[in-house]
Amino acid sequence: MSVKAKKRKGPTTTKVKEERKVPEVKLIPVYIMGKRYEVPEGLTLMKAMEYAGYRFIRGCGCRGGTCGACGTVYRKPGDYKLQVALACQKTVEPDMYVTQIPFFPANRAQYEFAELTSAPEEVFKLYPELFRCVACNACTKACPQGIQVMDAISALKQGNIAEASRISFECIQCGLCTSRCFGELAQYHMFQLARRIYGARILPRAEHLAEMVKAINEGKYDDILNELKRVKKDELEKLYREREEEPVTAGEDWKPRDTTYL
Amino acid sequence: MSYLGYPDFFEPYIKKVEQTRPVRLEKRRRGEEFPFMSLKERQEMLKYHPDYKEEGRREIKVGPNKGYRIAHEFVDLLESKSRVDPDKVDLTSDDYEADVLVIGGGGAATIAAIIAEENGAQVLMATKLRHGDANTMMAEGGIQAATKREKDSPYYHYLDVMGGGHFKNDPDIVAAFVKQAPDALQWLENLGVLFSKFPDGRLESMHGGGTCRKRMHYCADLSGMEIMRVVRDEARNRRNIKVLEFSPAVELILNEHGQCSGALLYNMETEEYLVVKAKAVILATGGSGRLHVQGFMTTNHYGATADGIVIGYRAGARLSFLHTVQYHPTGVVFPEQIEGWLITERFRAEGADIVNVHGEKFVNEREPRDVESARFIKECLDGKGVPTPTGKVGVWLDSPMLDILHGEGRVRTAFVGKWKVYDRLGIDISKAPMLVYPTLHYQNGGLKDNAECETAVPGLYVAGEVTGGLHGENRLMGNSLMDIVVFGRIAGRNAAIFARERAKEGKLTLDHVKRYHKELKEAGIKTNRVAPMLLPDYTSPEVKEKQLTVSHLGTLR
Repeated sequence: MSVKAKKRKGPTTTKVKEERKVPEVKLIPVYIMGKRYEVPEGLTLMKAMEYAGYRFIRGCGCRGGTCGACGTVYRKPGDYKLQVALACQKTVEPDMYVTQIPFFPANRAQYEFAELTSAPEEVFKLYPELFRCVACNACTKACPQGIQVMDAISALKQGNIAEASRISFECIQCGLCTSRCFGELAQYHMFQLARRIYGARILPRAEHLAEMVKAINEGKYDDILNELKRVKKDELEKLYREREEEPVTAGEDWKPRDTTYL
Repeated sequence: MSYLGYPDFFEPYIKKVEQTRPVRLEKRRRGEEFPFMSLKERQEMLKYHPDYKEEGRREIKVGPNKGYRIAHEFVDLLESKSRVDPDKVDLTSDDYEADVLVIGGGGAATIAAIIAEENGAQVLMATKLRHGDANTMMAEGGIQAATKREKDSPYYHYLDVMGGGHFKNDPDIVAAFVKQAPDALQWLENLGVLFSKFPDGRLESMHGGGTCRKRMHYCADLSGMEIMRVVRDEARNRRNIKVLEFSPAVELILNEHGQCSGALLYNMETEEYLVVKAKAVILATGGSGRLHVQGFMTTNHYGATADGIVIGYRAGARLSFLHTVQYHPTGVVFPEQIEGWLITERFRAEGADIVNVHGEKFVNEREPRDVESARFIKECLDGKGVPTPTGKVGVWLDSPMLDILHGEGRVRTAFVGKWKVYDRLGIDISKAPMLVYPTLHYQNGGLKDNAECETAVPGLYVAGEVTGGLHGENRLMGNSLMDIVVFGRIAGRNAAIFARERAKEGKLTLDHVKRYHKELKEAGIKTNRVAPMLLPDYTSPEVKEKQLTVSHLGTLR
């Protein structure tokens, strides 16, 4: 039996500046958790679900593709293949079957970061299941960020924390890789550990930052700032106008003429 | 059919940009800049800024800031009733106890929790969504600190902050901020935050709008996400930090001595109201973009609904600088799927031009955000904006220039987050420009505090976007990420000390809510509104009409 759908107006947009006519839009069918709804084409999965009447508590976060709250799996008709997306990023397609995975119970190790060294064994110790990876690559296929997840896991297995950090840098920790993992690894927690070790124990430290902190702690700028706080608005505006501008194209070696307040 | 991934409609417009690009590139290479506006010209230009539209705001009739003119959307929330009848809440027994209760789940809250724990406190974090679901996660551009002594110092950072905020910022707060920023950055480095660095460990740095020195540090274009991931990971390692997710605070609880002594939480999934008793409270609930002030689109997180402002104000905290809201100049206008999304200022800082429908430059790309936004709005009002097939208007951000200026692949590597988002939609932003318009981005003001994060209510500390004072009337790029670190740490430490040394045992009360209700009544405000709203409502009107048993006030049923 075919169900006759009534024409609905297009979705309300958030920009209101001037009231404008919302054109009639084409509706397409989508199956949300197996149930059929008709939604306007061109919407993201997230907006389509809201259009259908869902009000998110879970499964919705930044709505900008960076927080990992809205991991979603879907399948298209006639295709055996399970696909993944972020609901806030993926545009609806006709007849998709969609469900969100807003939470996945993944193993996360507890550790004292201050006690960790840069040795690869730190990762092995905290996540021995790392070696359960059978290199099936399901994780990579499941990554909505397009990260080469399995390559990063391989790097970790080889003790290459730096490489794993670089490959996984854009990880939004949505957990979809983990949901598909044959070896039951929590890849995104492992990468988090690797990146912290890389940042704090492997990459060289910023010496100039340490020097500035030292100068501040020695009170070098206390008088300057106390004086500035008392400056009247007119005088402050003058100081502001006259401050020397570092050119956009200047290199790291640029130095200002006036060094009084450095 | 499409041109560089855009619908054909845009082809003639994009070709204009391509036509003028070689000459503009040549100017860039020579270091020739579009002149900055004078302070007077900036003041004139701000007339086009939405903050200066008088019909957009009204006086608030109740509370400590009675008579203050702020956006209708804020006043509506502040002139609302509590979600609960205070008489019905049993405060004699509590569901949770903690030394320090942290309300919020973003950067400021998490950092405050870590430092409170380090200062010996048992910490409970109550978050509305998941831990880490916050605007912090979405911050792209960078984090400001004067770290290079040969050319920069807290002195210049101070001047830039004040200039950006129209010299109205709180000087004590600004001074504390610029002085502690480098130490805060080093704290992040110690935790393992992956800042973009030169091979010798020197931090990469660049300009932002309104900076006189390149002091913007960054983690590619995912600075906020990287910082949030790391501090959240660290908080999860701390055994004395407990996190309650999906449990926003809906009222603060005071005690008979007038100290803030906890909060009433609402478990959004089971719909229970839960009493938390604490010796000190840190409010770090972030901003309010989801109020869609004046109907603008927003870059903000789903949970940015000004909850902290509402409950803090009811408890007696004052407001400051809430009359200004920041519109980020470069929000996406097209494609529709990503409407409102933020395009980081770093594109402009690295040398991408802003051009109008004729492919002409009309503004320096590094004016303070309010001025830059106002200038875009003016250009479009003058009929020199680029139209879209969806009836909107914007200006071009010429990103392909960066691959030519800094070497092929610059956009793909330095702006990998944004490149991917567009790539999914079939547009390669290293080849095609982006169409942008101002979008609601940041709550410049909020609850008034001092450099120690104290409010008018003893035991109530605030940090991050929910506060007002640091940024004056306009925040500069990179100062909000640093704000949450510097003042998250201060709030955490001071709340822990208060809990240990100054908190007094006493009867819990919601009398302030009763008094607020009375004040609403006396001011003649008759309304069914309840606040905080907790979540925005994007249900279509047709569906709403049929949801007969839902009142559509936040998640309230």
